[in-house]
Amino acid sequence: MKSPLAKLVAQRVGLSVILLFAVSILIFVGTQILPGDVAQSILGQAATPEAVANLRESLGLNQPAYLRYLEWLGGLLTGHLGNALSNGLPIGPDLWQRLKNTLFLAFWAAAISVPLSIVLGLIAVRHKNGFIDKMISATTLLTISLPDFFIGYLLIYFIAVKLGWFTSVSTVFNGMPFLQRLEAVVLPATALTLVVLAQMMRMTRAAILNVMQSAYVETAELKGLSRFNIIWHHAFPNAVAPIINVVMLNLAYLVVGVVVIEVIFVYPGMGQYLVDHVAKRDVPVVQDCGLIFAAVYIGLNMLADIFAILSNPRLRHPK
Amino acid sequence: MSQELEYLSHRVAKGKLSRRDFLGRAAALGVTAAAANSLLASAVMAAGPVKGGTLKAGLQGGESTNVLDPALDLSQVNFNFSKCWGELLVDTNPDGSIDYHIAEKIDSNKDATVWTMKIRKDVEFHNGKTVSPQDVIATLERHADKKSKSAALGILQGISTMKADGDSVVVTLKDANADFPYLMADYHLVIQPNGGKDNPNAGISAGPYKVAVNEPGVRYGGEKFKNYWRGDKLGHANQVEIIVINDPTARTAALQSGQVNMINRVEPKIVDLVKRISGVTIQNTSGRGFYPFNMFCDTAPFDNNDLRMALKLAMDRKQMLQTVLRGYGSIGNDFPINDAYPLFPEGIPQREFDADQAKHYYKKSGHSGSILLRTSDVAFPGAVDAAQLYQQSCAKCGITIEVKREPGDGYWSEVWNKKPFSLSYWGGRPTQDQMYSTAYISSADWNDTRWKRPDFDKMVVQARGELDKEKRKKMYRDMAMMMRDQGGLIVPFFNQYIDATGKGVEGFIKNPAQEMGNGYALAECWLAA
Repeated sequence: MKSPLAKLVAQRVGLSVILLFAVSILIFVGTQILPGDVAQSILGQAATPEAVANLRESLGLNQPAYLRYLEWLGGLLTGHLGNALSNGLPIGPDLWQRLKNTLFLAFWAAAISVPLSIVLGLIAVRHKNGFIDKMISATTLLTISLPDFFIGYLLIYFIAVKLGWFTSVSTVFNGMPFLQRLEAVVLPATALTLVVLAQMMRMTRAAILNVMQSAYVETAELKGLSRFNIIWHHAFPNAVAPIINVVMLNLAYLVVGVVVIEVIFVYPGMGQYLVDHVAKRDVPVVQDCGLIFAAVYIGLNMLADIFAILSNPRLRHPK
Repeated sequence: MSQELEYLSHRVAKGKLSRRDFLGRAAALGVTAAAANSLLASAVMAAGPVKGGTLKAGLQGGESTNVLDPALDLSQVNFNFSKCWGELLVDTNPDGSIDYHIAEKIDSNKDATVWTMKIRKDVEFHNGKTVSPQDVIATLERHADKKSKSAALGILQGISTMKADGDSVVVTLKDANADFPYLMADYHLVIQPNGGKDNPNAGISAGPYKVAVNEPGVRYGGEKFKNYWRGDKLGHANQVEIIVINDPTARTAALQSGQVNMINRVEPKIVDLVKRISGVTIQNTSGRGFYPFNMFCDTAPFDNNDLRMALKLAMDRKQMLQTVLRGYGSIGNDFPINDAYPLFPEGIPQREFDADQAKHYYKKSGHSGSILLRTSDVAFPGAVDAAQLYQQSCAKCGITIEVKREPGDGYWSEVWNKKPFSLSYWGGRPTQDQMYSTAYISSADWNDTRWKRPDFDKMVVQARGELDKEKRKKMYRDMAMMMRDQGGLIVPFFNQYIDATGKGVEGFIKNPAQEMGNGYALAECWLAA
């Protein structure tokens, strides 16, 4: 079968894998040129020269860099993430726990924000330039213009402290009942939703409005279809590629860009984990986290590309 | 009238009347709120601790890289949690005297070189074993071993031999040290079964709480240990919990909304706001920590004592205290000791800001041109502001300071103790001897003012071996005077630990040794009904 579609998709996947390798090299080099020294950072102000020398030796920091890179990569491919330098424990279980937490929060933030933003976008198109459209635009632009930590503090102040509806300490842990866990992430998920809403909603609105100028929409109008029917059945499917793109970008943000929200709501996700280990120069953990973030980002972008290809009728039905 | 109030206060202590109602009744009887509150506090104390419940603390200073091994405790959260589950040989009381824990008694021979610690017989580990002198020796051995990377390594280096003698541990020192009991109060020296040699991270000791939850950087939990040897004093709540909240605003919000009962590190700039939250009490404690400006006494231009004196006189301490710490601290006097230390030498004249004298000494030093001062946010909170304030007060004395703001990354490895004029902090030590020995003798690794004076070293050693308190105090006075007038240390202020407790939390005992009542807040506080 010589379907151009399969070829294009395979190309995307291949490119993503190559990109991921390139990123792994960049991450490795980047962590090597960080200022300061792992041993020194672990010991902090309490470091004596002998203690630093001992620690460097026991951490294997005296090996050449390319050897350490190959070891690291080999370990990753066989599922061994290595041991953290700072506490000597295997990275895998800790990291997996944090990743699960991050994905849990990202999932709920996405589950609220993606449908909400698309529906708001559709409504805005339906009432183009009317009061409702302007309201939606103004509100979402307001929330995206506020820095995420400020939104977080506002939510804490009004909803957690003044009203006492939800907790501002979103610590989740293993064995926590599902509903309790859900309750704990309400505020951070709300904050994230407010941050990502505007971009997706504006893109939905713009993309659909663009399609609304086409001849076939005019035809549909002349057929006497209802306005919302036209938007949903005729305009939206043709505008879906750019919308998917922006949705994926925002999903990626929900996973890799939420460290500030995590700190404010005391949520044990990947961001805080990464920051702690950067501060301690715990290079293996930083590398692993960096690569996971890169994989999420590249993966979601790849999905966006593939969906865009699949949703393009000219590619689906070649001549 | 007072009888009625007293009766009412006891009813509050028993939980039969609300605090608010009590204050209302007191006001109706014409008693000021402050007096009513203090009456209430004494009634609550007299009623004794309320047992049960869960006490939660939201604390700054925990990372996901932490482990339970007490030898490696450097963060605030680990320190506080280790006081919940760990038991020490001794600790220090708020008045600076020794509080005997696993060691029932510590005696020395006449010249303070051989020390005998009698080990309490009825203390039980969480695993059911009884604490033995062998466990104590094994613990000290592990911390004295370089491989354990223990932060207490330095203070154990003076030990030459240890042996068990019946129910006692006999320690022979290389040199006389009258402060030996204080060395044993180091918070890293948690007594573990077989010294923790089998598994240092097991979290087993003889403290009031057993380790139930250990999620580094996220939360810790302790379950009441039923066989704790002095349950009347510590361990009132059934469970204790520490939630790591590194963001100061989130910490305050958690206290305000009642999700935690106590927090540490309230920032000086918001203390006045936190104070106004109903039910919240600020627990500020003068500690031994200080924020110095360090000059290298052996590096030009600071090798000139006239210049050092000019720079000391150009420091406007009062303004610095008010601006940088909002008054939550006390003024320093250019030696590293304050009245939170036992045997503090009183009556040393306070050095004041004196532009004329500063000008005089500056001229005498013959120095010209600007002087480079390095600072960074990590030196201490407000260190950059402090350097700029100092620049202004120096300008009034005709001294030009150039402030260089260094990156926080690498400040402790590249700037502190490497560059000749920089800002830093010291957490303080339990005794004057330890403070001087750590940073102000010629052989100290952390001699961050390059104060290398054989005559001073000799005074330190002499004072260390002196068991007569009066003589010793006199020696410390001489040392303080010498540092103050010749040393490379400018001490604008000593800081305070500013903690806060929420509604219904009773029993907080301030202790100058460390924040959160020397880490015992969770174990010694209780929730009033």
